[in-house]
Amino acid sequence: MTVDTVGRFERALEGLEVGLERVAAADASERIERIVQEPAVGVALPFDGVTLPESITTEPTAAELEAARTGVTPVGFAIAEYGTVAVESTPDGAEPVALYPERHVAVVAESDVMSDLSAGFDRLADGFDAGRDSVVFATGRSATGDMGELVHGVHGPGDVTVIVLEGR
Amino acid sequence: MAQRTRSERADRIRQLLETEGGAVHAHASASNARRYETYDATDDLEALRIEARSIKEAAIDRLPDLIDTVREAVEANGGTVYVADDAADANAYVADVVESRTDAAGIAGDDDTPSVVKSKSMTTEEIDLNDALEANGIAVTETDLGEWVLQVADDTPSHIVGPAMHISREEIAELFNETFDPDEPLETAEELTRFARDHLWEHIREADVGITGANFVVADTGTITLVTNEGNARKCAVTPDTHVAIAGVEKLIPTLSDLEPFVDIIAKSATGQPISQYVTMLSPPTDSPTVDFDAPEEPITSGGASTDEAAAASGHAGERDFHLVLLDNGRMDMREDDQLRETLYCIRCGACSNSCTNFHTVGGHGFGGETYSGGIATGWEAGVHGRESAAEFNDLCTGCSRCVDACPVKIDIPWINTVVRDRVNRSGEPEAYDFLVDGLTPDLEGGGISHGKRFFGNIGTVAKAASATAPVSNWLTDVDPVRGLLERTLGIDRRRDLPSFERTSLVDWFRSRGGADASKRRADRARSRGAAIDREVVLYADVYTNYVDTDRGKAAVRTLESLGIPVNVPDLPESGRAALSQGMIATADRQASRLYAAVAEDIDAGRDVVVIEPSDLAAIHREYERLLPEESFERLRSNSYEICEYVYGLLENGADPAALSTGDGDEPVAYHSHCQQRTLDLEAPTVAVLERCGYAPDTSDAECCGMAGSFGYKREYYELSMEVGERLATQVEGAPTVVASGTSCGDQLETLLERDVPHPIELLAPDGSPT
Repeated sequence: MTVDTVGRFERALEGLEVGLERVAAADASERIERIVQEPAVGVALPFDGVTLPESITTEPTAAELEAARTGVTPVGFAIAEYGTVAVESTPDGAEPVALYPERHVAVVAESDVMSDLSAGFDRLADGFDAGRDSVVFATGRSATGDMGELVHGVHGPGDVTVIVLEGR
Repeated sequence: MAQRTRSERADRIRQLLETEGGAVHAHASASNARRYETYDATDDLEALRIEARSIKEAAIDRLPDLIDTVREAVEANGGTVYVADDAADANAYVADVVESRTDAAGIAGDDDTPSVVKSKSMTTEEIDLNDALEANGIAVTETDLGEWVLQVADDTPSHIVGPAMHISREEIAELFNETFDPDEPLETAEELTRFARDHLWEHIREADVGITGANFVVADTGTITLVTNEGNARKCAVTPDTHVAIAGVEKLIPTLSDLEPFVDIIAKSATGQPISQYVTMLSPPTDSPTVDFDAPEEPITSGGASTDEAAAASGHAGERDFHLVLLDNGRMDMREDDQLRETLYCIRCGACSNSCTNFHTVGGHGFGGETYSGGIATGWEAGVHGRESAAEFNDLCTGCSRCVDACPVKIDIPWINTVVRDRVNRSGEPEAYDFLVDGLTPDLEGGGISHGKRFFGNIGTVAKAASATAPVSNWLTDVDPVRGLLERTLGIDRRRDLPSFERTSLVDWFRSRGGADASKRRADRARSRGAAIDREVVLYADVYTNYVDTDRGKAAVRTLESLGIPVNVPDLPESGRAALSQGMIATADRQASRLYAAVAEDIDAGRDVVVIEPSDLAAIHREYERLLPEESFERLRSNSYEICEYVYGLLENGADPAALSTGDGDEPVAYHSHCQQRTLDLEAPTVAVLERCGYAPDTSDAECCGMAGSFGYKREYYELSMEVGERLATQVEGAPTVVASGTSCGDQLETLLERDVPHPIELLAPDGSPT
């Protein structure tokens, strides 16, 4: 990974009007709590020393999922070139939690930010080899031009924030 | 479907120009402009296109293997694969899946009608799936916003990617307000989108089955790839517990790594985005929990399952059901068809539509068949619905070739259109014997071709006769009764100015001034004054240069001679371009062979073939690959040049531009290159030569002038041609001097601007009398 991969990621996200926050693992919980709009649902984060704030409901019910304004999920990796995060379809519901609420907060480890699509595809292939075979490359916010002008937040989130966990 | 008559076709086009053309143009040309930007910003674009194409070539080649492979993979994942022969077969299978799932699991939601939510899929449009499901008592809701607008409006898609781009925001607002009568009338795009989102979410959460298409299917992992911006495909695929993906068999690619170039290029070519918002790669049934909105208090993971085993134990993973329907519907026959096979490489990005000026102007309802629209639609319609569906709109491809550079998999779309036109010609009823046209058309085509097509396809013979009888022929063609006759018999619109034939052809002029020997003496004199470039040129006098626009031919001769290059202007056979435009491939094939034979000795002697008319050069550089043996093609192609490209080469090799007529350093000139010339990357040399000779050229960015050979003469297309031409004319009208490389472009601009529009070579040629 080149030194500036996260910088490149940040610039790509800027173009998509998606915020990026660099956070130390120890501060992550507090930072996430400040970003989310409640009610919020989430999927447990698999990063050492990082927990979701208590206000975020994990294992949500269907009603909670539907009512949530924010969904917080880990993502397997990111692609700096395009500002893409890779959301995996997992049994704990990362796909619906990332998709249904208006706001998605994606949490990725700094070491999982890949430089370009090619490196992303290498990671994708590794994941497939390991049995994870349903992944969404999500880039920016849901959008449509079908109503005559560009509008964000159609079927998917209209607001996305990426949190990069540093120093891991 | 009965073919429309010429006047019905003209009426239909006029109506589309007035109703849908404006909205389509706004959207499609914006996507096209973004595509240029994104393509320009992609360093490895050409490598990416070559790679994408080669993957498709290989995949189609081994398609039966890939079907076996994907069946194994999907079954190993727990899903089912069904290969459907045709539309009825596919529709029956899908209806059966919906019925058996709702029988087994009960109907979700409050209604007692089984319901399906769909993500936009042209393949399901192709088989009219919605109608078939509704006939089986199944409610279908489109969830792509554009597609849903069409469903509410009872309309059909007019663009492969932007299905409702022909409907304006105001029209959508009116439609929604009338249909749904919301508390507050909807007006802005934002309001309309919110309304649609909320309305559709109700349908998605209560649906029994989600149906999606597939942009690509990775055979060895059974991975369905969906490329979308809205997110509805994700919702349709994962919200209901049953997912049916319907894809043409041609969507199969071998492995995950083969997916990468397509993910990289599809959004760039479609909308000019670097990548689309969601590239969903699902190997269903997925591990995502199903969400039962009828049991709102139930945790979606039923106890927090976080591993596959736990999810399976809780029963959630096991509830998911997946069916991949692979549709043949003529595709396996297309695979066997040497000319239509390329159509199967299409990734349905719509770049060919977006780069097509005729598509911009009438949209997919004019430029499309039963399902598919735009340039590549001819291949699709001929393959899946048959020749008649393709014949309806095939003529709207003028062969301008601007889609060739746009296509991410390098499909030669104009060639497919030419081939289908040829087949359509042959399938028609022979028209009544007509001595006038038959006498003028010594071609190899069988019966069934319209008189108009034969006339334009044999324009060289016609021009020769007209030139021989000029000025009588010119006077005659201006007389009202004659114009009426031409309109009735040949379909030549009486409003269009006809070319004015010269009594003395370029070839005769050249002969009368001493021919090749005199040219050599003139070149030697020039050479003694400047750099010695030891080349000789055979100037190809195409039909127009020879009989109509002889001035540009004379200018070319004088330019070359003044740069020290001896020229010969022999009487050469037609290139076949005119015949190709009419879909008369046998005639074009014969003409290509004759032209090659006529210049082979010159080429062997080291002479260069220089062509003035870009469309003829395009025939030699592009279509001859299909018409000549490989070696002959390569030999002719690598030794033939466009006139300004050639002059550029001479200047680069030391020739002195001072010998030419030069501008004052910054004399503004509006330059319209030519569609096929641009596809051959030959706009830049003309611009460079103009700049070196003291002009400040400003190039037009309109893809095409709207004339494209015979097209603009035809009665049914006259208004369309003028509409396209008007956009170009508006761009260039402010310039004191306007030049154009193509005859058609020049004619069109002269009509619209009401002033002379010479070829650039006429600006460059040394001053003095043209003798």
